[in-house]
Amino acid sequence: MIHFVLHDAKDTVAVVVVEGVKAGMTLDGWIMDEDKSTSVVARQDIPIGHKVALKDMAVGDTVVKYGIDMGKVVAPIQAGQHAHVHNIKTKRW
Amino acid sequence: MSVISKDTTFLGYRRENGRVGVRNHVIILPLDDLSNAAAEAVAHNIKGTMAIPHPYGRLQFGADLELHFRTLIGAGCNPNVAAVVVIGIEDGWTKKVVDGIATTGKPVVGFGIEGHGDHDTIMRASKAAREYVQWASEKQREVCPIHELWVSTKCGESDTTSGCGANPTVGNAFDKLHPLGNYLCFGETSEITGGERIVVERCKTPEVAERFMFMFNRYQDMINRHKTTDLSESQPTKGNIAGGLTTIEEKALGNIQKIGKKCTVDGVIDKAEKPTHPGLWFMDSSSAAAEMVTLCAASGYAVHFFPTGQGNVIGNPIVPVIKICANPRTVRLMSEHIDVDSSGLLQREITLDQAGDKLLECMLRTANGRLTAAEALGHREFVLTRLFESA
Repeated sequence: MIHFVLHDAKDTVAVVVVEGVKAGMTLDGWIMDEDKSTSVVARQDIPIGHKVALKDMAVGDTVVKYGIDMGKVVAPIQAGQHAHVHNIKTKRW
Repeated sequence: MSVISKDTTFLGYRRENGRVGVRNHVIILPLDDLSNAAAEAVAHNIKGTMAIPHPYGRLQFGADLELHFRTLIGAGCNPNVAAVVVIGIEDGWTKKVVDGIATTGKPVVGFGIEGHGDHDTIMRASKAAREYVQWASEKQREVCPIHELWVSTKCGESDTTSGCGANPTVGNAFDKLHPLGNYLCFGETSEITGGERIVVERCKTPEVAERFMFMFNRYQDMINRHKTTDLSESQPTKGNIAGGLTTIEEKALGNIQKIGKKCTVDGVIDKAEKPTHPGLWFMDSSSAAAEMVTLCAASGYAVHFFPTGQGNVIGNPIVPVIKICANPRTVRLMSEHIDVDSSGLLQREITLDQAGDKLLECMLRTANGRLTAAEALGHREFVLTRLFESA
């Protein structure tokens, strides 16, 4: 089963595509652009459609999705954690 | 091999000006808010007609008024419309809409309420509507080449599955339609924020790129003039955020998946303007679902692709809106709204090519007359874009 997908191998976050992801689960991922596999251990429960961090990130780091800048880190994130509005913010507006 | 090629055909209604529609509506179109009651009364009297009520049309001026007329006239001109009865509070502006629609050669007539009252207006308009609907009911579909189908797209209640499933499905279909010479359209200017360079790189000529950036910057300036802190809870929306989208950049990068991997952006139009040649057009437009789809209808598009993640329920009175969803939870909980389930993409059960073909098959069935989920459910959201306050 594919638990999460990412678009580009450079992405630092990925999308959970199944319901019921719980802390401690080993998640299998699919890198869509390269049709390769990867994995990460979930550190938190993550709802379907929400993002899991694939690497540790510090405040001010750029978050990469689709291989492109999608915003900045505003609270430290560890790989496997839930990545969303509580730790990422837009660089625009 | 794709399900479509240049030899693919569909069954459409050929209108007096040569354009092809996929529906055969007789619409009762109010010029203004005050005329909604009479328009709805006529549609109630004459079965098979449809009133399209809306809240505007009084004391607008300048570019805002021009857009009002362009949208109403464009809606009437849409090839999915067989004939139009226009009702306005007074004769002058009513005639302006009638004259605009009459350029297509389709039957259209207008009625002003002042000096007559609702009763007399409803009676006279009902007589015209009855003649139109009986005339339209004899129109036959005919075989039309696929390139005559104009297709627009806009996504809504997006989540992260939109960017990796539903939107790339639309992009794959657009990549297959573009070489056939179809008129295609995308827009949602604010939802390009963070991905504008990607669109620029896809523009066919430097002139197109320059026009796109003019529209993009004009919208950014408007947002910067009016915003308070940021657009949190509006761009992305609360629904987007609940679905896992975090920033406008992330939403935009997902949004842009709808223009596929190969299509060039061949032209740029302002709101409700008509494209002048085949290809993919960027229309400067609101990202609000019903506003954007209404603008596409006014530009002459006959079918609309609407990918959703969290489950937007939108329809349009004139244009069939085909919903595509890749979120398995939404497909399960809101199945009556979803026309094309592409959730198999995210488990590698189907390829992107297969998902695109599934959408194109649905498009052909819809063009041939099958009702979309939104049509069957009675979704007829007709929402006019306003540029500024009334005088």
